[in-house]
Amino acid sequence: MPANTAFDTSGEDLAAQIEAIASSAVIGNGDTDVWVSSDRLLDVMAGLKGAGYEMLIGVTGVDYVGYFEVVYHLLSLSQNRRAIVKVKCGEGRIDPVMPSVLSVWRGAELQEREVHDLMGIRFEGHDDMKRIFLWEGFQGHPHRKDFL
Amino acid sequence: MPLKTEPITINVGPQHPSTHGVFRMRVTFDGEEVIDVEPIFGYLHRGSEKLAESRTYTQIVTLTDRMDYVASMTSNLSFILSVEKLSGIDPSPRGVWLRMIAAELQRIASHLVATGFFLQDLGTLGTPLIYMMRERETILELFERLCGARITNSYMRPGGVFMDAPDDFWPALDRFLADMPHRIDEYEDLISGNEIVAVRCDGVAVVDSQTLIDASITGPMLRASGIDWDLRNRQPYEYYDRVKFNRPLATASDNYARYIVRIHEMRESLGIIRQCLEQIEPGPVRPESVPFLIRPPAGDSYVGTESPKGELGFYLVSDGGVAPYRCKVRAPSLINLTLLREMLIGDKLADLFVTFGSIDINMGEVDR
Repeated sequence: MPANTAFDTSGEDLAAQIEAIASSAVIGNGDTDVWVSSDRLLDVMAGLKGAGYEMLIGVTGVDYVGYFEVVYHLLSLSQNRRAIVKVKCGEGRIDPVMPSVLSVWRGAELQEREVHDLMGIRFEGHDDMKRIFLWEGFQGHPHRKDFL
Repeated sequence: MPLKTEPITINVGPQHPSTHGVFRMRVTFDGEEVIDVEPIFGYLHRGSEKLAESRTYTQIVTLTDRMDYVASMTSNLSFILSVEKLSGIDPSPRGVWLRMIAAELQRIASHLVATGFFLQDLGTLGTPLIYMMRERETILELFERLCGARITNSYMRPGGVFMDAPDDFWPALDRFLADMPHRIDEYEDLISGNEIVAVRCDGVAVVDSQTLIDASITGPMLRASGIDWDLRNRQPYEYYDRVKFNRPLATASDNYARYIVRIHEMRESLGIIRQCLEQIEPGPVRPESVPFLIRPPAGDSYVGTESPKGELGFYLVSDGGVAPYRCKVRAPSLINLTLLREMLIGDKLADLFVTFGSIDINMGEVDR
């Protein structure tokens, strides 16, 4: 058995679960992931945490040139399942903003700062939104595709 | 009338022997008591994730070595598993067993470094650290036989490992397995029941398990708070479902609990290696069909593995090219520092380094 997918919640199940938490928040789903709209993100995340996804494993920013996407990896210790929630961060590349999930999970603190520093996405509601690895005054955000 | 004191702010690091690399804490003290801590990262930031976007999947293995440089094998493994999931590669059984043996040896080596420096920070001045470095050296020599490198191994490849173990590796490994339990007994005789260690560590930097879960903290830190969460057992990857091992737990969630969990995990790792040796069979170490230049189909993958520090995972996005479109590392070392401030506030200056040591971080992985 190589790396395993048995613990990923299927996209359809997760979409149905999110739909029950916040109706019309789901935009679409893949095999193991679900896209939700950014204005309903906090409701969705708070609901998923209540539904057993206790841990925010990862926050990742991806630059798809036309738009930015933020990927949330969630983990349920009690049900032994993982979930992947993706959020498209508006259109265009100027000042992308996302709601911060820091009020839902304490674990978002350093992870959102990292995405902010390297990808240039601002998380609204994060009380300490400053650079984490690079120094204040550094020009640009290295993980963007237009940086070098 | 009580003595009036004024808070004083001190920079600890970045060049400080107890910060395990280049890490800075801006600490505010009231007398000897810590009243505020601000961690400052980035002194070892090399942009590994960005570099990965312009390298092939095999070349990125060398970058993962330099992330957690006291646990290169487990970093290799985590990356390789994500690549295999992304491109649907089925690894050779012998390659998988070799990877497990290497990863468990690395776990022991990493825990030796963690406990050795933790005790050094406690003020044991040398003896335990030198003992533990001696055993770590044996493991590094085993790695040298296995792949030619001691620290930056780059041993693993998609589909298995790059070469089979040489004949003289196996007797050396047997000698190590026979010797190591006595060494761990020796550490336990010296330290585990030591009254001074107990007084300094019991009840220091206690965090409850709910807070740890909420702050995304994984690995020995989580298990020291009584949560039975080990990915090797709960979400088995490789052949971890074919070996039996206990998950050492502690409930106190203090500095001593984090120390004792690591000590017991070393014994379990030795057991896992013995079971791997019973089950490994001759055969190719990687399938012939895996090309050297891998082009995974467009898509993304994430695999979480149990590294010595916690959940280490690589989130890879492929656009169908020879290099990943995005390579994100879920670094346990960084995320386990989320609660650093809460853990240190109210403690004394002398406990600051001990607590920091008990978290067990590696700056190469924090900053990447």
